[in-house]
Amino acid sequence: MTLYLPRTTTSQISEALTAERHSVGGGALNMVLTLIVVTDEADHYDAVRAATEAGREHPSRILALIRRDPDAEPAIDAEIRRPGTAGPGEALLLRLYGPLGDHPGSVVTPLLVPDAPVVAWWPGIGPANPSADPVGRLAHRRITDALRAADPVADLLNRIRNYQPGDTDLTWTRLTPWRSLLASTMDQPCGWVNGAEVTAEPRYPSADLLVAWLADQLEVRVERTTSNGPGITGARLVTEQGDINLQRYDGRVATLTRPNQPDQTVALARRRPAEALAEELRRLDADEIYERTAKFMAAMLDRTEEPV
Amino acid sequence: MPGAIPNPLRSELDRRLPRIAGPSVLVLFGVTGDLARKKLLPAIYDLANRGLLPPGFGLVGFARRDWEDQDFAAQAHEAVREHARTPFREDVWRQLSEGVRFVSGELNDDAAFDELARTVRALDADRGTGGNYAFYLSLPPKLFPTVVKQLKRSNLAESEDGAWRRVIIEKPFGHDLESARELNAVVDDVFPPQSVFRIDHYLGKETVQNIMALRFANTLFEPLWNRNYVDHVQITMAEDIGVGGRAGYYDGIGAARDVIQNHLLQLLALVAMEEPVTFSADSIRTEKQKVLEAVELPEDLATGTARGQYAAGWQGGMYVPGYLEEEGIPANSITETYAALKLGVNSRRWAGVPFYLRTGKRLGRRVTEVALVFQRAPHQVFSSVDVEDLGQNSLVLRIQPDEGVTLRFGSKVPGASMEVRDVTMDFAYGQSFTEASPEAYERLILDVLIGDPPLFPRQEEVELSWQILDPIEEYWAKEGRPEQYEAGTWGPQSGHELLARDGRQWRRP
Repeated sequence: MTLYLPRTTTSQISEALTAERHSVGGGALNMVLTLIVVTDEADHYDAVRAATEAGREHPSRILALIRRDPDAEPAIDAEIRRPGTAGPGEALLLRLYGPLGDHPGSVVTPLLVPDAPVVAWWPGIGPANPSADPVGRLAHRRITDALRAADPVADLLNRIRNYQPGDTDLTWTRLTPWRSLLASTMDQPCGWVNGAEVTAEPRYPSADLLVAWLADQLEVRVERTTSNGPGITGARLVTEQGDINLQRYDGRVATLTRPNQPDQTVALARRRPAEALAEELRRLDADEIYERTAKFMAAMLDRTEEPV
Repeated sequence: MPGAIPNPLRSELDRRLPRIAGPSVLVLFGVTGDLARKKLLPAIYDLANRGLLPPGFGLVGFARRDWEDQDFAAQAHEAVREHARTPFREDVWRQLSEGVRFVSGELNDDAAFDELARTVRALDADRGTGGNYAFYLSLPPKLFPTVVKQLKRSNLAESEDGAWRRVIIEKPFGHDLESARELNAVVDDVFPPQSVFRIDHYLGKETVQNIMALRFANTLFEPLWNRNYVDHVQITMAEDIGVGGRAGYYDGIGAARDVIQNHLLQLLALVAMEEPVTFSADSIRTEKQKVLEAVELPEDLATGTARGQYAAGWQGGMYVPGYLEEEGIPANSITETYAALKLGVNSRRWAGVPFYLRTGKRLGRRVTEVALVFQRAPHQVFSSVDVEDLGQNSLVLRIQPDEGVTLRFGSKVPGASMEVRDVTMDFAYGQSFTEASPEAYERLILDVLIGDPPLFPRQEEVELSWQILDPIEEYWAKEGRPEQYEAGTWGPQSGHELLARDGRQWRRP
């Protein structure tokens, strides 16, 4: 069931939500978090869909902020999707007109679930300084996605400079399956690692993060080479006993080659936004490894950019 | 950086990286059984789908069927499609099925086991499974000796070059203390104790693990968790189904051996144990063992226990036959389908607090829960009329279905008069996390492959449980026929009297 409240106020929205709770019983108090999605008219459908899907694992109140004509009179149009319409959580689509678009904090504050953590997500182009953003300021966790920017690597680097605990980027989340496979190859005895190489499509920040992670954790030199993608196509660890090589050309299935062992294939699908978002919502504390890796990456890239 | 320990790519801070099993082969005996089809094969797929199985993983089925590898793979495919928890993905399945093998033969056939040995070694060569084998005996316990001896004979039980061998066995772990010891001796003879994993799938359930989180991670509950506040504890596991297709196994075993010996006494141990020193397998098992050692039987077994047998009746809109009329059950069977016990725990924390355990088939509905019922307030400022409707406060841990925690307490009824009535505060797993909860078997199989034992009971615990149950079973055997109760009700009269004698009553779950 969907409820439309045109030209409304936040107190009317709150009243509608409370009335809803009384009529069905229970409800909002079981929600584990508030997820604020900062988006626009073009993106909001996919974003809310991904958030709802992730919400099946983490029942949440989704507040989608959609900015409309900045020159119009200030107003809110609200669309309330009740719990059960699409998963256990509820979704509020708030269209902000006029100057109100510059003050989303005032709209969001009364609608946050009491006590529960607040997560802000920018599915499109995110702010350069998420923790200083009017919405980001309210959130414990701020999720951006550098891949959507015109120059993804520069966008990520820009944001790393303003890193605050609680910030993460989906370019890091998409890397988890690669990292976990690489880590598991080193659970077995594999000899000293002397170097590594990461191959990916150009201007793909996940690859640079992987380079930084390997270089930082293994304390070796890691090459970054380019291919046609999709995404990351290969990672290679050069060990004393030979290469451990993980190749994925089709974005779906990878082949693992290691010394003295038969080739192994492993499903390594590229992740959908909902899966990445669900992983993000699982951890509501700061990701220290991301901080360390991202700063290491920034330092590495700064060094290479310096004139020789 | 050197390989292996410690892995430089793993860090305690990096909690995104899941624990992944190392290269290994899982050999499944009894692949044609219900458990394999409905739970084990889907759980293996779900693990693969979540990326928790290594690229070098092999699955070998062993059964009497005249199948080829692809026939078994087709069967497994069907089982996965039908019962897996996570969505089906062709890529994941294809990668998993490349490591699927089938060995056809009888359990006492030497040639079949030689073939099995060749098959797993071939997997090591083709798939890089590293010579690590786990044997899952999804078989009746009377077949264990045959299989274990065959594994020894075909040199599958011995490991070389740091590879591991693990054996997984399912309940029942014997039918009394003596048979449990015999069974253990058979397995112990071939596999060292730390390689034997006894699966009690209840312990793999999220809600059971949550008992420890609830008690030891919070400050709110533990101060009340003792005889100063708790009046008594009720542990219930009720089934609405009858004996059905398990007649051959069930008759002569009965409800107490089938459920109380393992599930309910394990739940009792988790609820009653002291805080373990650390959250390690050994510390937890030590605490559980202490509780089981401290369990005390009622002085008079006639008034401290109850049992029953379901009779025909209407249940859930259907007329169902009684136990004695079920197919495969002798008409003079004295096997109980309902059992209730009153136990004490001799410790400073629990002295004088009775633990009531009950289980049965064809009861009101399917439910498993642990309820701590608290004492009434020592003094009421409200008049007895005002609090007439107020029951005892209680904390209910709902294990299944509808997993969660309920807290019952009194609240003022709106209106001009002061009237207090019971209300509930509710936490439902289904609403706060749902989809992420893995199936118990997923968790347990992964733990076996990783070699992480906290959720598996030790032989000592099994033996202690039998020590608790054996005198009761002996007493019941002398007493003749159990009392009949109508199907679809909450058990026989004697079960209700067990609590009524102490001025208490069973919760209606």
